[in-house]
Amino acid sequence: MSLAQAIPDVATKAPLVQVRDLHVSFVSREETVRAVNGVSFDLMPGEVLCIIGESGSGKSVTMRALMRLLPRKRAVITGELRVGAHDMIALDERRLSEIRGSVVSMVFQEPMTALDPVYTVGRQITETILRHQRCGRRTAWARALEILQLVRIPSPERRLHAYPHELSGGLRQRALIAMALSCRPSLLLADEPTTALDATVQIQVLILLRKLQKEFGMGLIFVTHDLGVAAQIADRVAVMYAGQIVEEGSARDVLMQPRHPYTIGMLSSTVTAEARGRDIEAIAGSPPDMRVLMQGCSFAPRCRFSVAACSTTTPEPVAVGDRHSARCIRLPETFDPAAR
Amino acid sequence: MWYYAARRVLLAIPIALGVTVICFCLVYLAPGDPVQTLLPPDATQADVAYLKKVYGFDKPIPVQYAKWLGRAVTGDLGTSIQTNQPVLREVLRALSHTLVLSIGAVLVAYPLALALGTLAAFTIGRPPDRLATAISVFGVSIPNYWLGIVLIIVFAVKLGALPVAGMGPNGSDSFDITRWAQFRYVILPVVTTACVPLGIIMRTTRSAVAEVLSQEFIQTLRAKGLRRGAVLRHAVRNALPQMLAVMGLQFGYLVGGSILTETIFTWPGTGLLLSKSILTRDIPMLQGAMLVLALCFVGINLAVDLLQTAVDPRIKRA
Ligand SMILES: Nc1ncnc2c1ncn2[C@@H]1O[C@H](COP(=O)(O)OP(=O)(O)OP(=O)(O)O)[C@@H](O)[C@H]1O
Ligand SMILES: [Mg+2]
Repeated sequence: MSLAQAIPDVATKAPLVQVRDLHVSFVSREETVRAVNGVSFDLMPGEVLCIIGESGSGKSVTMRALMRLLPRKRAVITGELRVGAHDMIALDERRLSEIRGSVVSMVFQEPMTALDPVYTVGRQITETILRHQRCGRRTAWARALEILQLVRIPSPERRLHAYPHELSGGLRQRALIAMALSCRPSLLLADEPTTALDATVQIQVLILLRKLQKEFGMGLIFVTHDLGVAAQIADRVAVMYAGQIVEEGSARDVLMQPRHPYTIGMLSSTVTAEARGRDIEAIAGSPPDMRVLMQGCSFAPRCRFSVAACSTTTPEPVAVGDRHSARCIRLPETFDPAAR
Repeated sequence: MWYYAARRVLLAIPIALGVTVICFCLVYLAPGDPVQTLLPPDATQADVAYLKKVYGFDKPIPVQYAKWLGRAVTGDLGTSIQTNQPVLREVLRALSHTLVLSIGAVLVAYPLALALGTLAAFTIGRPPDRLATAISVFGVSIPNYWLGIVLIIVFAVKLGALPVAGMGPNGSDSFDITRWAQFRYVILPVVTTACVPLGIIMRTTRSAVAEVLSQEFIQTLRAKGLRRGAVLRHAVRNALPQMLAVMGLQFGYLVGGSILTETIFTWPGTGLLLSKSILTRDIPMLQGAMLVLALCFVGINLAVDLLQTAVDPRIKRA
């Protein structure tokens, strides 16, 4: 039986991931950085969610919070975090370590630094398998080989015995993906997994991820700067700004009919031009300082629709369509039929 | 790997040769006349010239060096001016005594330093780290001679539990460490000797492991569900080359002996031998001792180098 069949159908409606009002702040003696301020979203099994947003908007922190990888002393987490049946907030470190790598896996941005340099690729993959599955070394090694074939690493037998520095960036990222998938997780978190790779390799890795996600029926949360990437692989898109999801909906709705002024601004710099590979940098002004508590809408100072009320009222998510919502009090005005 | 090892060993030969030149010449840079100390103050010029000729000091230095080196490679380091004994035998005897202390110190200090340093790195800023750091600062900054004397006062004089000094009732020549009656003599000097390497290696281990723990791949390890112990193993394994380097260096220093510790405990090791031959201008002895110690140092470095290559795949083996 393939794993895709074992995963309950999307239609059964039990979300794989449930995030409710997630807040993360980093507390130190000098300052408090409010990195995530009330993020909520659901992810269905087998769905692909893309999180896009400027640098520093809290994308990585949200992902790490989902796996509870943030430093316990410094990072204060509140809200609800569920993955499958697991309450990620309530679990202790021992139970969390059982879930990490088996139910939820993560692929990081930098393939150059994300692997342990003094162990072979094979050792690192089998280590994961042996941690979570009851099997012997031989079986684990055979599975590692299998998974390297799955991520299309050429001459996988030789690569199992290679050290990370002996592989190219693209191969290392494939090895990391192989490691993340080695225990068939039901959720994969990918934090800009292709940013550090060059363009052609980027596309290959992207296609591979999408294919494996479909094959495994895995939920995938994919963080990216790149709208083209989001358009290509996402079922749903969440746009983050200053630690909040300012707009969320199906990829089609958000990218074709954006309603939040930030999304609109971000897209207008991309939509007309050759869409692919452009960064989200064209909006005037700079993101807010996360160390000071904001009153009202955090995008207001840079927003061309803003009125006086924007800097006093904190906008709540408003439904603007089927599973499509935006945090803005000026929604009627942002509806622009010409933009379609 | 074997090719690499062979190359490193061959590379050590010119280094060793350089060492002989330095050992030989350094002695001549220092002021003072070796022959003078052997003779009564009222000796005549003729007496001085005669003795110089006997010991070969009348020849030009390069000639002396060539002769000395020629004999040194056959294992003959000459005769001590002071004791008339073969230099090599005296040096090796002193070295064996010092090795008792330095190996003892290694056995005490290294495991403790590695364990405490790793613990500290894992608990930075918390009480275990504070304690370990305090021990390491203590180890590095307490003067050897002071600690040695305090230990003697407490354990030998006040408690009478351990002997004050020396190498046991049978003297240094028939020292047998496997006998408790003689093993007792080792304890205090070993503790004294272990202090500095303990502090230094603990500090290095702490910073090396902490540095590894801050690297990105540690996140990957945690993200794949490894427990603390397994993550720790990765961290130590990564920090190992750096730790090996410091451990080798410290061992090299220990083999050189410590004049102060050996004086306090009347332990006839290399430190004492060196200081004695400097004071008496015993040039053949000084040259021989320096040469043997320097070669030990080269050997230790070579061993560390090979070990590092064995544990770190990133070092090119070609
Ligand atoms: N360990 C930490 N301690 C303190 N502040 C942190 C920590 N990690 C992240 N932050 C802060 O949280 C905010 C959000 O960071 P995050 O890494 O989530 O941004 P991002 O959206 O992933 O950006 P990028 O696109 O550059 O990766 C930033 O202001 C950052 O400085
Ligand atoms: Mg990031």
